[in-house]
Amino acid sequence: MSILINKDTKVICQGFTGKQGTFHSEQALDYGTQLVGGVTPERGGESHLGLPVFNTVQDAVNSTQATASVIYVPPFYAADAILEAVDAGIKLIVCITEGIPILQMLRVKAAMAGTGALLIGPNCPGVITPGECKIGIMPGKIHLPGSIGIVSRSGTLTYESVHQTTQQGLGQSTCVGIGGDPIHGMNFVDVLSRFQADEQTKGIVMVGEIGGGEEEEAADYIKAHVTKPVVAYIAGQTAPPGKRMGHAGAIVTGGKGTAEGKIAALRAAGIEVVNSPTEIGVAMKGCL
Amino acid sequence: MNIHEFQAKQLFQNYGIPIPDGKQATTANSAGQIALELGGEGWVVKAQVHAGGRGKVGGVKLAKSFAEVIEHATAMLGKRLVTIQTDSAGLPINSLLIEKIYAIKRELYLSVLVDRGSERIIFIASAAGGMDIETVAHETPERIISVQVHPAAGLQAYQCRKVAYALGLKGQQHKSLQKIMQGMYDLFLAKDASQIEINPLIETYDGDLLALDAKINFDDNAVAIHPDILAMKDPAQEDDKENEAQRFGLNYITLDGNIGCMVNGAGLAMATMDLVKLKGGLPANFLDVGGGTNVEKVCEAFKLILSDTSVKAVLVNIFGGIVKCDVIASGILAAIEQVHVTVPVVVRLEGTNVEEGRALLSNTGLKIYAADDLAHAAEQVVKLAEAV
Repeated sequence: MSILINKDTKVICQGFTGKQGTFHSEQALDYGTQLVGGVTPERGGESHLGLPVFNTVQDAVNSTQATASVIYVPPFYAADAILEAVDAGIKLIVCITEGIPILQMLRVKAAMAGTGALLIGPNCPGVITPGECKIGIMPGKIHLPGSIGIVSRSGTLTYESVHQTTQQGLGQSTCVGIGGDPIHGMNFVDVLSRFQADEQTKGIVMVGEIGGGEEEEAADYIKAHVTKPVVAYIAGQTAPPGKRMGHAGAIVTGGKGTAEGKIAALRAAGIEVVNSPTEIGVAMKGCL
Repeated sequence: MNIHEFQAKQLFQNYGIPIPDGKQATTANSAGQIALELGGEGWVVKAQVHAGGRGKVGGVKLAKSFAEVIEHATAMLGKRLVTIQTDSAGLPINSLLIEKIYAIKRELYLSVLVDRGSERIIFIASAAGGMDIETVAHETPERIISVQVHPAAGLQAYQCRKVAYALGLKGQQHKSLQKIMQGMYDLFLAKDASQIEINPLIETYDGDLLALDAKINFDDNAVAIHPDILAMKDPAQEDDKENEAQRFGLNYITLDGNIGCMVNGAGLAMATMDLVKLKGGLPANFLDVGGGTNVEKVCEAFKLILSDTSVKAVLVNIFGGIVKCDVIASGILAAIEQVHVTVPVVVRLEGTNVEEGRALLSNTGLKIYAADDLAHAAEQVVKLAEAV
């Protein structure tokens, strides 16, 4: 078991023939992901990386029965790409693109309500079930099939957590990068509830950062519903207020969304919060 | 992205939001001339800087004569204004807004922004205008009202009425407020704003509503599609190094410490700063070189970090994912030589081909320290910075 994706997940790529789409599709194929085709308008009927190219997501779904899609299109086209995937009945949409205007994401989320489709990202590394399926830009090699579920707002801190849990011999069940944008798809609670229900997952690493209130919501949820050990780390304790720290969503405004507040909420819920990002793996091992 | 008050008020005017009679001035003489043209018996001279809290530190002055307008303008122009929202250096006053004075009956608060929790555009209003809204929210939350706008429905008349009643407005004022809120909403959508704030929105003794102040922030992800907004950017109001970083696609923020940090990824960059602090040091900056790191970017990043003369040591923390560590190590070496880095540099590399990467960095004759792990790297850079 794992969550969201496994060896049987059929994936298509939107923005398939572009530079990013091509590079990361090659990496995904090398990893063993069941990438079954891609979409680039006006290139339908061609072959790329030995796979069929379609004009529309609907054509791709009809012909390949794909249930997941990964999006590598430029920021001003990404909202359109997400909604095209929703419309074609794709169940899991992973949007890697960084820089989508927030008002476009606001409309996308409103349009997705009630469709049942899941969105991961945007502005994220993607999702991976080690040894089975890699959807996104994460380096496959650092992963090890295992028992830790990882959920994070940051790409490179996901890799840190993966690296450390691999070094500890624990490995990962599934790793989900939920993205650094203020309005995004699946949140901590959406992923935590799936890790709690997943038999393979024995422990959970949660990596948050300044901005917004999702870590606080996660703390409440974990206290009420999660029985598996959770190790958390929150980045941005030294971030100055009012400044956007790289991620569009990483900003402290009006005294809200501080690292201190999030750490306090998580600790009050009985969750182990490490002070240093270097202690994630050791702390997780200690909890099991 | 931020703009000046006078620019925000021009946009207000375009969207039917009433503003005081006024005009921007860049010289003391033109300030006096504007007051003359505006007429009336009193004027306000407002320093145009990208920061709030101007009134308390002499950035907003009242004048009763043309001579006094010129006097205030002369005193302000060319100076730097330090407010509660700026650093100790403050921001340059290169222009002023001269406005007619209005007799104020009441000060209200009205803003519109994206609420990330509800994923909706929301209006926030309060009868406690003229104060810091966060203080009002904290101390008297019952004095704040908010309405959420559904993106498909748009702003509804009942929502404006709800706000109008809460603010104690009467008769024709309901129509005026609806016009103001609709203007704010239309402007917000048309220009991809992230916040529009009117504090205070004043009620005059004639019953008119006027935006006495105006603050607009725009979504950085969207300004590229709004050349008219981009043209309003004032680099003089921003940090030079942060402007320079933007040109090279680097995310850089100046901080107060003496340890330069160069990291790939925003989350890891924040975590690295936190770790430096945890080990007893102080980070000089936040710097995310981005995912696809190359020699050029690393060079520019070193130049930026070292242009801050308080930097005594540099910590490079790269998690090589898709890009291999040996490639990154060669890039760092090339950059150190090109930029003539003389301060000690601690490098922590992790990921694919890490052994080859570390080997390249050792025995170079340069002041480079290849660290085994991140915790040691942070300890080492703190020690090196202290030793200088």
